[in-house]
Amino acid sequence: MSYKKTSVVDRIDWTLVILFLVLSIIGVACIYSVEHRDTDISFFMSNRRYTQQFIWLGISLLFGFVIILLDSKFITAIPFLSYVVGFIFLLLTLTPLGKAVKGSSSFLNLGIFTFQPGELMKLFAALAIAKFLSLQNTNFSTTNHRLTAAALALVPMLYIMLFQNETGLALVYLSFFIAMYREGLPNIILIIGFSIFALTIATLLIPKNYLFIILSVLAVWILWSQRKQIKRNKEILFLVAGIWFVGVLFSQVMVPIAFKKVLKGYQVQRIYTMIGQDVPEDYLHEGMDNKKQNAANYNVSQSKIAIASGGFFGKGFLNGTQTQYNWVPEQGTDFIFCTIGEQFGFVGSVLLIMLYVSFLLRIIFIAERQRSVFSRVYCYGIGGIMFFHLIINIGMTVGLAPVIGIPLPLLSYGGTSLLTFAIMIVIMVRLDMDRQMVLR
Amino acid sequence: MADFSQNRSVFIRIFFIAIPVIIVLRLLFLQVFDFGGYKEAALGQAVYIKKIYPPRGIIYDRKGEVLMNNSVVYDLTIEPKKVKADFDTAFLCKLININTADFSKQFTKLIKKYGWQSKNLTLFRNLSPAVVARLQENIYEFHGIDLIAHAERNFSYDCGGGILGFINEISESQLNDEKYSDYEKGDYIGVRGLEYTYEEELRGSPGVQYLLRDVKQRIQGPYKNGEMDSSSIPGKKIELFLDAKLQKLAETMMQNKLGCAIAIDPKTGGVLAYANGPTFDPKLLTGADKGKNLVALYNDATKPLLNRGIQATYTPGSTFKPLTALVALDQGVITPSYGYGCNGGYFACGRKVACTHTGAGHAANLGLAIANSCNAYFCHVFRLSIDAAKYGNVHVGLQKWHHYMNDFGLGHPTGIDLPNEKGGQIPDSNFFNKMYNGNWNSCMMSIIGMGQGEILLTPLQMANSMCLIANKGFYFTPHFVKSIDGDSTHPKLKPFLIKHKIGNIADSSYQWVAAGMQEVVEQGTGKIAKLPDVAVCAKTGTAQNNGSMYGKVIKLPNHSMFVAFAPRDNPKIAVAVAIENGGYGATWGGPIASLMIEQYLHDTISSKRVPLLKKMQTAKIIINYTYLRDSLDRQKYREKELLKNGNKDSLRKAIAIKDSIKHSKDSMLARYYFQKVYGKKLNN
Repeated sequence: MSYKKTSVVDRIDWTLVILFLVLSIIGVACIYSVEHRDTDISFFMSNRRYTQQFIWLGISLLFGFVIILLDSKFITAIPFLSYVVGFIFLLLTLTPLGKAVKGSSSFLNLGIFTFQPGELMKLFAALAIAKFLSLQNTNFSTTNHRLTAAALALVPMLYIMLFQNETGLALVYLSFFIAMYREGLPNIILIIGFSIFALTIATLLIPKNYLFIILSVLAVWILWSQRKQIKRNKEILFLVAGIWFVGVLFSQVMVPIAFKKVLKGYQVQRIYTMIGQDVPEDYLHEGMDNKKQNAANYNVSQSKIAIASGGFFGKGFLNGTQTQYNWVPEQGTDFIFCTIGEQFGFVGSVLLIMLYVSFLLRIIFIAERQRSVFSRVYCYGIGGIMFFHLIINIGMTVGLAPVIGIPLPLLSYGGTSLLTFAIMIVIMVRLDMDRQMVLR
Repeated sequence: MADFSQNRSVFIRIFFIAIPVIIVLRLLFLQVFDFGGYKEAALGQAVYIKKIYPPRGIIYDRKGEVLMNNSVVYDLTIEPKKVKADFDTAFLCKLININTADFSKQFTKLIKKYGWQSKNLTLFRNLSPAVVARLQENIYEFHGIDLIAHAERNFSYDCGGGILGFINEISESQLNDEKYSDYEKGDYIGVRGLEYTYEEELRGSPGVQYLLRDVKQRIQGPYKNGEMDSSSIPGKKIELFLDAKLQKLAETMMQNKLGCAIAIDPKTGGVLAYANGPTFDPKLLTGADKGKNLVALYNDATKPLLNRGIQATYTPGSTFKPLTALVALDQGVITPSYGYGCNGGYFACGRKVACTHTGAGHAANLGLAIANSCNAYFCHVFRLSIDAAKYGNVHVGLQKWHHYMNDFGLGHPTGIDLPNEKGGQIPDSNFFNKMYNGNWNSCMMSIIGMGQGEILLTPLQMANSMCLIANKGFYFTPHFVKSIDGDSTHPKLKPFLIKHKIGNIADSSYQWVAAGMQEVVEQGTGKIAKLPDVAVCAKTGTAQNNGSMYGKVIKLPNHSMFVAFAPRDNPKIAVAVAIENGGYGATWGGPIASLMIEQYLHDTISSKRVPLLKKMQTAKIIINYTYLRDSLDRQKYREKELLKNGNKDSLRKAIAIKDSIKHSKDSMLARYYFQKVYGKKLNN
């Protein structure tokens, strides 16, 4: 059966589209619940965020409609160009065109509207990585090409982290490694990368004495569980001991020295601000206090209060006492999950998470049925981005992840965010329509 | 494609499911198990619990006249954070009639105590209505300033300051008391008097309103549509036995006199009037300067806040004689016709007890003895009572007499519905055993029979003993409250409905004593109390009393005592009046008591007696001793405080005060002896 015989409507993956629409509508409803007051006279009030979000949803659908009508070859043609253009936009934020919002200089003011090039860059990076991996002369088993692919993700990440001060946005680029893993990145690289990442975060979050104990217990546990192999091969013993030593050296000696002697007070503070934590007493330099950081803690505790107060079944739609009266800061944007947690309780929260997981699994399902590498890598790229957003955002609201300020896909208030995700998803739908073709 | 690809796809799917499961577990702990107690925090944040204060119960007199009702007063509060640079302090001070220096002093004091961050610091309390009106017009000009309304009481009949009490914000120590567990900081509570005793009934029960507020503390509406709210229950109205007119008359007569005038309805035990002297304006206990006024009243040398009716004890003097007679008659040691040959004194015990009468036959029978108030007669009769042969022993005899006194409601608090009542003093055998090492006889205490010596009664007990004689053998515990919310059998009033019957003293005994007391008015010492067409029974008393001035006992002017009831048959009012240092009972006590009786029975004062009333109202009977004593006590207290301090400077001051005390004491004694020797008063 040739795809050309079926209509456009039939070739669209409606499951994904419907999931997309459901999540977006839930988003509008959540924002409505935040802003609604009993005294409101009409539903549509132009100055309200939910109205704006609704309009943005319309714009997104319009974009989606246009993309569906595009030739999929167009999509495979633009990645490198769009990547370069996107990067120029990123660079422009440092020029007077850039606009500082809340201490981050990640916004670009184009006169008519303001947007975050970093958001758009995620899409372009996904396309570019997909394009690169699908190039005929790319061999992903060579180190060179692996490094190139990684660089496509890491360069914008480092740029955003260092020059735009947007940790959350930057860290999202790490999610491309999920796609690269699928394409054959060796386990060991991911394990090492993940370990370094985990050790860094753990060093910052866990007091160093506890961390020492945790590391040691972990090492002993690995040694004990691998005792049979060790009998045969003594090298494992040295490897584990060596890793343990490096870990301890890093967390017990290097970090404290760096924080106390090498780095300046504000730099230490900045590092901890990135992960939304107070600077520990040990690392407090003279003349510093923790007042500024308390804001993040306050946000999280308010968010936890709101979510916990929902209980099992929640308080009911529009009956939230915490989220409806601004007790949770940023509750329309980064902390939108609180409205679900409070109004629909545990049941509603789990249902929402299940919706998201279904959405992600559907993306993987779609990815795996692609014939072309480009489409598959792209799908994995988008899936990874969504997953990262979902985990970090909800993790942040329940106090499991650092407060780095990234939105919940499709739910959080924000035009650029919604539009970017919509375009990402619709491109995926468009590529899926041509899944029988080998696109390069 | 390599083989691993399918495997990796599965790994990624597992990863995409596993991490959300961790989040779900976290949600389970947060939302279902309420791990960390966040749910309670939510309630504390968004739900504002507003207390709705009910109006306090209104207090009426026996005729439905309102004695105490509610009004609203305003406190001026300030929220320091909100005060901006353009705050016009001078204008505000002008509006509230306070000079700017005082304002800033008060402001800095509050800031020092509570800090800049606190909300609603009360700058000034109880602003006057005029100030409030002025301020309300301009309040929008002052950011951070607010007027907070709270309940205040209002003495609408302008009397009863000493008995009705007042309300005040609940104190820190009361808040810690379990008894007041349902009170919160900022609640008002009855202090002193009936407001204190009937706090539970007058207060009502506050309602609670659950409101939602946003992060800026703005109220957004009811919580859960108000289903948890409870409405407030107004305080119960309280009706008193008090006669407002009589009360007011008594209070005007007690002006500038120390003592108390009490009138009781013998048939119910209900207090008709209760005026402590010196009278003070009840308005001082309400409104703008309540706190300041209270301090001034506490510090006043005349101690107007001392509830003399139940807290001051006096030797009753001759007003006690009817009771002595009653006991003797019941014991059968005398008959009504029993006479004693008094010739100006009682010599039986070796020491002369003077009697004001010397004429033969002034104590020829009981009636005459009462009428003429013969000291010798009652000393003798008292001794007959306690030495009565049937008891065999004076120790037992005194115990018997003590029993009688207990039955009469003396020697212990009567149980009136006012706080802090004293019991007075009726000595028993133990008392004298201690005093005389067990070696004593009736001679040593014979003057008790005439109301002198070791006995002390409160004015209320004296009035109550009159009820007893008037009723011929029973009394009800004196009390103010007739009904609570129209219910005269309210549990709180139950104790006052119990009829206290006195043994089985014969009616005739009471009749003989009453007859004697009527003679007192008809032709005896209390003629001043005579009223046309009313049979008044009364007894005058002139109680000797001593003051002490640093170890030296000095004799002070006698207290003027007077007890009465009327009419003799079907008695409607019993009165006791004590005027400290007033001299003869008939001089001040008599007129005051009789004017009260006239007012109550006739509802007016006859024009003939108006000059007497005027005289009572205007006279000032407060001896210098009161002020001197107060000043010395104060100096002594200060000296003690300074010595406690212990530093050099305060020690020097303490020595200076000691000298000053010595000086005062010397001049005081000098004046006293001068007066004693030369019989003249030294001018101050």
